[in-house]
Amino acid sequence: MNPLYLEVSVVVLGIIMLMAEAFSGPGTKRGLAYTGILGLLAILGATFFADPNAMSVTAAYAKFYSADTLAIFLKQFALGTTIIVLVMALEYAPTVEASLPSERRGAGLGEFYTLPVLACAGLMWMASAVDFVMIFVSLELVTITFYILVSYLRRNENSLEAGTKYLVLGALSTGFLVYGITWIYGVTGQFNLAAIAAALPALDQATAPALLFGFGLVLIALGFKIAAAPFQFWVPDVYQGAPTPVTAFLSVASKAAGFIVLLRVLQTFLVVPALQEKIFPLLAVIAGATMIFGNLAAIPQSNLKRLLAYSSIGHAGYLLLGLVSIGAPFAGTAIVFYLSAYLLMTLLAFLVMTIVTPATGGDDLANFNGLNQRAPHLAFALMLAMLSLAGLPLTAGFLGKLFIFECAIEQQHWGLVIIGVITVAAGFYYYLKVIRAMYWQQPADPDAPEIEVSGLAKLTIALLCALIIWIGVYPAPLLSLLP
Amino acid sequence: MSPLLSLILIPLVTAAFCMAGSAPRRISLFGAGANLLLSLYLLASYNLEIGGFQFVSENALFPAYGLSFSLGADGLSMVLLLLATLVTFAAVWVAPPVEKSPGMFYACLLFISGGAIGAFVSIDLFFFYAFHELALIPTFLLIGIWGSGDRQRIAWKVTIYLAFGSFILLLGLIGLWLAVPEGLRTFDIRLLQQLGSAGLLTPGPVVYLLLLFGFGILIALFPFHTWAPEAYASAPAPAAMLHAGVLKKFGLYGLLRLVVPIFPEEIQQFAHLVLVLLLGNILYVGFVTLAQKRLDLMLGYSSVMHMGYAFLGFVALNQLGLAGLSLMLFAHGLTVAALFALCGEINRRTGTLEFSELGGLAGVTPKLGLLFGFAAMASIGLPGFATFASEIMIFFGAFARGAVGSFNWFQTATALTLWGVVISAVYMLRAYRNIFWGARGSAVKADTGDISSGVRWAVIILLAVLLLTGFRPGLLLDYLNPVFAYLPR
Repeated sequence: MNPLYLEVSVVVLGIIMLMAEAFSGPGTKRGLAYTGILGLLAILGATFFADPNAMSVTAAYAKFYSADTLAIFLKQFALGTTIIVLVMALEYAPTVEASLPSERRGAGLGEFYTLPVLACAGLMWMASAVDFVMIFVSLELVTITFYILVSYLRRNENSLEAGTKYLVLGALSTGFLVYGITWIYGVTGQFNLAAIAAALPALDQATAPALLFGFGLVLIALGFKIAAAPFQFWVPDVYQGAPTPVTAFLSVASKAAGFIVLLRVLQTFLVVPALQEKIFPLLAVIAGATMIFGNLAAIPQSNLKRLLAYSSIGHAGYLLLGLVSIGAPFAGTAIVFYLSAYLLMTLLAFLVMTIVTPATGGDDLANFNGLNQRAPHLAFALMLAMLSLAGLPLTAGFLGKLFIFECAIEQQHWGLVIIGVITVAAGFYYYLKVIRAMYWQQPADPDAPEIEVSGLAKLTIALLCALIIWIGVYPAPLLSLLP
Repeated sequence: MSPLLSLILIPLVTAAFCMAGSAPRRISLFGAGANLLLSLYLLASYNLEIGGFQFVSENALFPAYGLSFSLGADGLSMVLLLLATLVTFAAVWVAPPVEKSPGMFYACLLFISGGAIGAFVSIDLFFFYAFHELALIPTFLLIGIWGSGDRQRIAWKVTIYLAFGSFILLLGLIGLWLAVPEGLRTFDIRLLQQLGSAGLLTPGPVVYLLLLFGFGILIALFPFHTWAPEAYASAPAPAAMLHAGVLKKFGLYGLLRLVVPIFPEEIQQFAHLVLVLLLGNILYVGFVTLAQKRLDLMLGYSSVMHMGYAFLGFVALNQLGLAGLSLMLFAHGLTVAALFALCGEINRRTGTLEFSELGGLAGVTPKLGLLFGFAAMASIGLPGFATFASEIMIFFGAFARGAVGSFNWFQTATALTLWGVVISAVYMLRAYRNIFWGARGSAVKADTGDISSGVRWAVIILLAVLLLTGFRPGLLLDYLNPVFAYLPR
């Protein structure tokens, strides 16, 4: 099957959902979400039959679009994330409804289920993008969808504030990206990454500063997307203000997309040794600063969403460490493996949070006090997510860190490795804070009833838990999917 | 299913039952007992004539990387398995009634046990590390939920300290793995040992130091020992027994298993450094122990102090010293387990562990006094206990590293460590006198109850094994000596 059909089907699915929402009466629109989940599941199944060779290499589209193993895996990644985000959105629906005036109950939910599907299409295109124009267009498709999603609770001040911040900074980073692309085009005369790589070695030395300037601008733009220091400051407020499923989507999908683009752009520019010497120190500084900032700033947080926001910055730091070590043969796989592990544990944490927050009245750490007594299974799932994020062996998070650190040691980045070790220890501290709240502290209301969990959410939680442990113990099947 | 896998799974499955079902105490006693019997059976069926790793099972998980879930046990593992199952059984037995979620309490205990056993029988580097790390979280919960004193702060400190140590260790292990020539790369500890002995694996001093300090932090090597006494003082008695008695031995086991075969030259090169640090353990921490005013802290420091002897055996790097060190793992584990069990019982009966409030306890609780006396003697290392046999082997092993005539570093250090025996006699006997003899302390009442039968029998079993192996150390040395046969006598 031609892999192009995958994106097309996702877009068609999104449009069908939009039409169905437009012509259906008011209601809870749960059917719409189920349609989305089932449709995406079907497309996820279809990705395993996608055959890159079915694409004609000479077709005009091949200049923009490549469907290598990495791209196919990332499409699966995007689909899986979106499915789980839709499950979360279903759990979150009452909160969205409560934020609407009562006479319009149910009217605002349709787009809440549809927009993630459209963002997914953008992510899937981005996974295949090998051309700056394509990268830009798909990135914007994702980002503009997120502008709407982040400020979805439009009567909630925090959500609006988050939306505005995200809009302003997103527009700024888009500006950087376009400007950077212009410079690179100006020097090389090419948009296509492979063509740029081919043109680079023959270039005049005098053009090197212009090229580096362009690359630096692109790096800044992507730095915003992946929340690397010093472009990370929007993250905590936006993550905290956005609806929880959107936060999860942002922190997993948006970050993954940014890293994939960065990986592809970086591989293009690294063909020239002279550029390598300039780029690697820069990346190393960013990686070190990101690890330090994310992990240290997470320590004093008392709100779980904010804590996870800072932790996501920290994880961006480890991923950047992988990028700095890209010279190691295993590094590309290590980065994608880390992203997959990060997907599982972050989505699990946010899913549990989506369920617990309405029952306890907030997402401060104090709201999770004594969760073990009210909902032992949810507490266990969240503990597993935290342990995996912290990097405890026999969980997926540990292997992710192990692979990255191994590449870093092989490339002898000792300074970064030391920073990494210290920040990992700091990470243990704040992740254990969540476990402490759930297991050590007494609940505010000891007689509160058990928290009810819907069947679909239970199934998803169990699946994520099982995957975290399975991949942590037996990574071979996942690694066989990677390039 | 391989018998070693059962040894790991029995505690873990029992832990799951404890969390889910009722009567966690009975279930976990049953599980720990079954595990003890299984380990005794395995000990008996281990073929001493063949030696080496037995009961081996391998399941390749990730062939391209050489990762495989492999289990196997040699003589050293067998002895440690016996230690782990014995102490687990005793710890579960002495556990007092638990008010806050008892299911979770017993599950945590069994989880530590399962993690430690897993580490002792893994012959794959990855699982060797992973199983130990698995036991970190139950320790955190045990101290944080059921601990005493400033439990939350201490639980943090211990967990962060140990996590940090583990990461240094992890870096060392990665360095070790990367040092294997490409094409031969493997996680199999047996192969790594062979490569090390064949001189094909020379990771160099950086990796050695990472491993030394990574393991060292877990063992409470001076000056990285400050987590240990507080942790043992705060932890509930069964948790302290398991952690000090079994889990801490993982670090020493790692030194014996990985560092000794692969880094003989680096051990020699840095021997002076280790000698100085171990003197810190024995003399500095020894004096700190003397100054303690609470029994639980004193026992915690004393346990740290004894780790100095272990490192002396390690740097001696000959058959005698290392076999002594292995025997000491066993003897020390049983001794601290017995002491922490009795310490918990004293606290339960009198409500305090301050020396100033105790005194004359033997008059009202004679059985407790008698057993504590025995355990204290074992801790000092009196002849007749396995602790004596192990320490004397370590001393002779280390002393043998010098020429006759003039003292070298090793002999000077050994002579100094002998003073440690005197120090430990002083603080142990003084504690014994302060608690059990003299005028009756303010916390000791005429109706203070004597030791409960559960604790009594658990401690009697531990002490009996100590005495048996003290008079007949050959019982265990038959297992241990062949492990180090490749080294000079």
